[in-house]
Amino acid sequence: MTSLHAAIPALPRRYHAASIWALYAVGLCPAAWYFYQAATGGLGFNPVKEFEHLLGIWALRLIIATLVVTPLRDLLGINWMRYRRALGLLAFYYVLMHFSVYLLLDLQLNFAAVGGDIARRPYITIGFAALIFLTPLAVTSNNWSIRKLGQGWTKLHKLIYLIAIGGAIHYVLAVKSVTLAPFVHIALIGLLLFYRLIRRPLLNWKRGRQPARVAR
Amino acid sequence: MPAYRPPHISPSEITPKGIYLSRRNFIGAATAAGIGLTAGGKAWAAPLTAAPGPYKLNEKLTPKEAVTSYNNFYEFGVNKEDPAQNSGAFKTTPWSVKVEGMVGKPKEFGLDEILKMKLEERTYRMRCVEGWSMVIPWIGFPLSAILDQVEPLGSAKYVAFETVVRPEEMPAQGGLFQPLPWPYIEGLRLDEARHPLTILAVGLYGETLPNQNGAPIRLVVPWKYGFKGIKSIVKIKLVEKQPETTWKNSNAREYGFYSNVNPAVDHPRWSQATEQRIGEGGFFGTKRVDTLPFNGYGNEVASLYAGMDLKANY
Repeated sequence: MTSLHAAIPALPRRYHAASIWALYAVGLCPAAWYFYQAATGGLGFNPVKEFEHLLGIWALRLIIATLVVTPLRDLLGINWMRYRRALGLLAFYYVLMHFSVYLLLDLQLNFAAVGGDIARRPYITIGFAALIFLTPLAVTSNNWSIRKLGQGWTKLHKLIYLIAIGGAIHYVLAVKSVTLAPFVHIALIGLLLFYRLIRRPLLNWKRGRQPARVAR
Repeated sequence: MPAYRPPHISPSEITPKGIYLSRRNFIGAATAAGIGLTAGGKAWAAPLTAAPGPYKLNEKLTPKEAVTSYNNFYEFGVNKEDPAQNSGAFKTTPWSVKVEGMVGKPKEFGLDEILKMKLEERTYRMRCVEGWSMVIPWIGFPLSAILDQVEPLGSAKYVAFETVVRPEEMPAQGGLFQPLPWPYIEGLRLDEARHPLTILAVGLYGETLPNQNGAPIRLVVPWKYGFKGIKSIVKIKLVEKQPETTWKNSNAREYGFYSNVNPAVDHPRWSQATEQRIGEGGFFGTKRVDTLPFNGYGNEVASLYAGMDLKANY
């Protein structure tokens, strides 16, 4: 079986919890760094927009990262499932920060303008919807909810596919022309969602190719 | 008594043209060779004297630093900092602008000749279609000064403009993902082009244009969205039919031929009611001001569009 599992030494179990906390810390670094840059003049002459855009792009990257976990395990045998919750929650924090900067620093709490944008500007409507849909996922990202919701939890968390599509559309509609950076992000989301469509048949096919295991 | 007296400059203080031109070539070569460490464009600016022109504004000027580092000039990349960072190798000498088409006397204007036109300083508001604005002290001359020299024929109704194409000096004109088709093209109705507010700019803030701002010569039409102000112009053509324009070609639903600043007509994707003044307020106090019809130049230009439906002709 093709596997990089052997190539990458497995992290000893006792470091698992620490590595997850480290991921949270590292994951929040871009936001902290860009905030520092924006506040000290390092993000150019429109720091609010720049900061807002960077938070949005990182939110999209984290969503992409959550979608990578499953194919990574299926295809390469690398199991990073333990990091998926942290990646998802980080994505939620970035979307929340992205929206907060828009609300507080860009439109400066002009709620009429915010309401008008959400109602009339499709890309903002879609972005806002993605934030709303992400909220129940963030709230139920804990062991208690998984136990409590059972099968419902899995169903609920399929919303991430819709959110990823929404995020991609939001990004495309926000730029004036689709250049390399938007294209790469959107292509990755497209590819990862396409993988979900072919995953079942692919896994069945792979299983069929393996020699039948002999019980010992 | 004249309102402005040019300061006396003794001939010994003036750098001979040959020397400063060779200095430009040296700097250009140095930048191209990758040893120029200064930000691109800046090195090209040379002092430029101009008499104060009409159309004063009592508004705070956008800092020069912002005017020369926050730019849209897609030939050099789509990010605001790209033009300043990627335009170091762009050569603006030698340069000439062909003026042709339906004219009695077609002519190719060399840059030297252009710089000898009667230059004026014009401080204009600049409103970008993206919802931000600046106040910029341009140096230039009315476009009509050039049009008069070539004598447009009676049949000429529009003016078409074209930007230079040099993929080897303009990075975003090459590669796989080009943001727009080239050359960048723009157009005006002849009466808009002849309007005294419409200028060809060759400088800003008392210096020749930095590359990122459209060196060596660009259009400035202050009552229209900034993208109408085509940069690094090499061709001006008088034509009979409304010319094609780059942004309209790329998305006609969002960008019209006229593109007059109009707070009442939203961009399909965002509002045009307000604008953000670049360089003011900083990170915690973004300055937003109401956008004015015709960018505040309604008294001068509204009559050009009398009887026209500005919602249909956006």
